[in-house]
Amino acid sequence: MEEIIQKVKNLSVGFKSQKGHEISILKNITTDIKKGETVGIVGESGSGKSTLALAMMGYVKQGLYKMEGECIFNSSNLLNMNNRELEKIRGRKIAMIPQNAGQSLTPNLKIGYQIDEALKLHTSLNKNDRDKKISELLNKVRLPSPETIALRYPHELSGGQQQRVAVGMALAGNPDLLLLDEPTTGLDVTTQAHVLELLNFIAKDTGTSMVYVSHDLGAIAQVSDRIIVMYSGEIVLEGPTRDILQQPIHPYTYGLLKSIPKLSLAGLPDSMPGSQPQPGTKKKGCSFYDRCNLAEDKCKKNSPDLEYINELKTSVRCFNYKKLIKQKSENQSNIKRNEKNIKVNEILNLTDVSISYAKQKLLDQIFNKITDTNPTVKDINIDINKGETIALVGESGSGKSTILKSIAGLLRTKEGKIKFDKDRVLSNDVKKRNSSDLRAIQLIFQNPDESLNPNHTVEEILAQPLKLYFGLSGEELKQNIIELLEKVRLGKFYMSRYPRQLSGGEKQRVAVARAFAAKPDIILCDEVTSALDVSVQAAVLNLLQKLKEDFGTTYIFVSHDLAVVRAISDRVAVLYQGRLCEIGPSKNVYKFPSHPYTEVLLGAVLEPDPDIKPKLVAEDIVEDKPPEKGCCFQGRCPRFLGDQCKNETPPWQIGDNGNAIRCHINIKDLEKKQNGN
Amino acid sequence: METKKSSEFKKKSIFYKISEVLVTMASKPSGFIGLSILFFHILLAFSSPYLAPYDFKAIDPSLMLQAPSSEYWFGTDSLGRDVFTRTIMGGRTALTITFFGSLIALLWGGLLGIFCGLVGGKVDDVVMRIVDAFLSIPWILAMLLIVSLLGTSTEVLIPALGFFYGKGIVRVARAATHDVIAKDFIVSARARGHSNLSIIWNEIIPNVRDAILVEGAMRWSWMLLGFSSLSFLGFGVSPPTPDWGLMISNARGLMSFAYWAVIAPIVGLSSLIIGINLTADAFAKALGIDRSTKAPV
Ligand SMILES: Nc1ncnc2c1ncn2[C@@H]1O[C@H](COP(=O)(O)OP(=O)(O)OP(=O)(O)O)[C@@H](O)[C@H]1O
Ligand code: SF4
Ligand code: SF4
Ligand SMILES: [Mg+2]
Repeated sequence: MEEIIQKVKNLSVGFKSQKGHEISILKNITTDIKKGETVGIVGESGSGKSTLALAMMGYVKQGLYKMEGECIFNSSNLLNMNNRELEKIRGRKIAMIPQNAGQSLTPNLKIGYQIDEALKLHTSLNKNDRDKKISELLNKVRLPSPETIALRYPHELSGGQQQRVAVGMALAGNPDLLLLDEPTTGLDVTTQAHVLELLNFIAKDTGTSMVYVSHDLGAIAQVSDRIIVMYSGEIVLEGPTRDILQQPIHPYTYGLLKSIPKLSLAGLPDSMPGSQPQPGTKKKGCSFYDRCNLAEDKCKKNSPDLEYINELKTSVRCFNYKKLIKQKSENQSNIKRNEKNIKVNEILNLTDVSISYAKQKLLDQIFNKITDTNPTVKDINIDINKGETIALVGESGSGKSTILKSIAGLLRTKEGKIKFDKDRVLSNDVKKRNSSDLRAIQLIFQNPDESLNPNHTVEEILAQPLKLYFGLSGEELKQNIIELLEKVRLGKFYMSRYPRQLSGGEKQRVAVARAFAAKPDIILCDEVTSALDVSVQAAVLNLLQKLKEDFGTTYIFVSHDLAVVRAISDRVAVLYQGRLCEIGPSKNVYKFPSHPYTEVLLGAVLEPDPDIKPKLVAEDIVEDKPPEKGCCFQGRCPRFLGDQCKNETPPWQIGDNGNAIRCHINIKDLEKKQNGN
Repeated sequence: METKKSSEFKKKSIFYKISEVLVTMASKPSGFIGLSILFFHILLAFSSPYLAPYDFKAIDPSLMLQAPSSEYWFGTDSLGRDVFTRTIMGGRTALTITFFGSLIALLWGGLLGIFCGLVGGKVDDVVMRIVDAFLSIPWILAMLLIVSLLGTSTEVLIPALGFFYGKGIVRVARAATHDVIAKDFIVSARARGHSNLSIIWNEIIPNVRDAILVEGAMRWSWMLLGFSSLSFLGFGVSPPTPDWGLMISNARGLMSFAYWAVIAPIVGLSSLIIGINLTADAFAKALGIDRSTKAPV
């Protein structure tokens, strides 16, 4: 009999609406966390996963209250404890690691001091032992030279290092249970892979039980033994990781897995229609009814119970799960992208573009010059063809957004030219561009919450470009707005809504509609799907692809998510520290990644399959500045050659597959070496 | 059906919005009390000349310092004037001057703040330094200087008060603009090629308006206190115009035996300040602006 660490019994948490209705956010949750086990809780935003994790440490957010049930830890109910009793448990027996570790560390205190405080609070060690323990903890989370790290301030560490410190601090009290809420969301792919590997190691090494909350099935797959899938405040599926991911027997999980873009599959992922019901709007019947393609009449009338299936060791909340057991072998049918042969008709040329954020000296300001020998972005040469989707990928800080801003004229280039339509040189400054150049290039941003003015209705938002570029007004304007909404599959009654009255996916559709309102030639997409849930992401990707096919628009698509890029792009350019490393047709770059950096990046991608482990070939150190000379990747390159890489800028080489790379090693040798891996 | 639906959702008119905010404010006890007090004072200010039982400036030495009676409800002051008459009229000047003073403060403070937030950089630095420098001058000394140089007429007092109380609004407007300016919808408007003016009007003002208005409302109550202090010192309203600050100052020495001449204006002044404060608080809450930022647990 395995020891149970935490027992959640019939837990319901909710709030009272303004009208006094009781609205539940968690509905009758029952589950156990066993000793030494890592449980992944997965679900879309709003499914209640964080609320559940917080309840597991006896915390109910302000505005919410416990309606029913208990969370039993060490045979006492956390939800009935007072603060004094909880303090004895939190941080010691149960520790939590929040999403943004950088923000949870106190900025003006040294790392070592902060860990020391945690140790003082949670243990009874003396000064000497504590000092020893600090190095031990920092060592355990594999931070290089713990002694120096302890003397640094949080802002002197990279995001991944901060997350490691947070893990270290959480381990200070030797907890029995570690709760992690989206601990790697927002980290770079490579960093994320390293942090997950660390968590795996710690789980094995210390035997701590972990609850890992994430929307990312790829990350969950790597760490958890068991997965709980939440939908609309309920557990809809629960079972061993491998079974859940390889044979998802709940229609929601099945759809979710299919909507995740995967490296191995070209083409766009299937999208799931609709969205999760808002709390309080649920009618009778199965909460997934509206979106389910196996739904039957009885699903509308009755809510299914969570049923334990002995032979699969899985609990499922669905009447029709048996149909999915049979579907098991059916291969994932991905929507094929219409890869027409793109005519080589260049629309935008970046020639020797360099961009610098360096503060200008007074003299330079006067002569309007930028002098910076080591600019943030350097030597970018990309010719973009009409109608193609070209992706810029790279880790955070690799200059992707910077390049987009320069194309939009929001950031001056230091050197080089940006030419539009073969011969028109675009001005450096958006204010100096003429109306038709402005219209031709539109932007879509990552977070629609930020890119739509919260005080404007959808109608006003869409009217802006129409008025500005086409001088429309009155009935004609309205008609155009309705047409735009139709294009992004929103009804015309959305016109009078405010952004806060829309779901994330709807907001992003409005942002897409606004970009298309200008009838642009080029749309710059900056991480347009990374703020969205996967099922919504798939729908937006499909929409973008459809619109592009209809209007022949060119996309410059920036993303840190390599699988998304694989799904939508024709060509991909890999950037490191503002320098191009590799550029070529997507299918070839993904199949034969030649540049060592591309190899590192692709290796770190997490697939929602516990049997596909990320390959960690390089350290996840973060460099804050590109090197002055030599190859930009020399600091982390697993194939580093020494002085040559240090001193000489590597030449461009073009391989048989059409990939162009910048490396001193012969591209043929690189391909061979990678196959050897 | 569709057309009906969309007309239902029509962008709400400004009057509708104002009444919505008022209803929200009045739905909480403190907001209701604050609004009632404020409305009462405003009503009084408008109607008191007609309600006043006596002439506010009629001096009658024979009636000096009479205790409250059925004839003189709040008694009389040292010049034999009816305290009730003077009390109900005593808020008129203060209310008017500070109301227009606050409008001026809102206008220049708001616009300068938005401007600084928008341009940023060196200009912003310099302007904020200057504002800070002004902030460090004790305002009452500066006011005394201005008033003694230019006199105590309304035309001097309103802009002078407006100027001094606008500094705080500059900071709030600037901070609010800073928050907005980093948002992508501004970048998006810039990239589309909108002019600066259009960006300020369409994108920034709707998003900073609430914060600035709330700050303006708070400043109003501060300004009222400040103005009454000036009057108290004899630099505000000139006699015989009834004014609470002045009345308190005049009757202060006699407090031990003619308490009525002091208490009535004190109650008038403090209730108005409390009323404005409560209203400003409720206003902030109704607009969803949390001024006392609580640390999330
Ligand atoms: N306003 C700025 N001033 C100074 N440096 C900046 C500024 N904006 C960005 N940088 C720096 O320029 C580099 C490139 O930043 P950029 O935002 O283009 O990266 P990115 O590839 O878009 O990253 P992410 O994936 O995080 O969005 C980074 O080192 C960043 O710190
Ligand atoms: S119970 Fe019915 S509606 Fe619900 S998930 Fe199963 S098949 Fe779909
Ligand atoms: S040039 Fe050298 S450092 Fe750069 S990628 Fe090639 S091997 Fe690595
Ligand atoms: Mg970016």
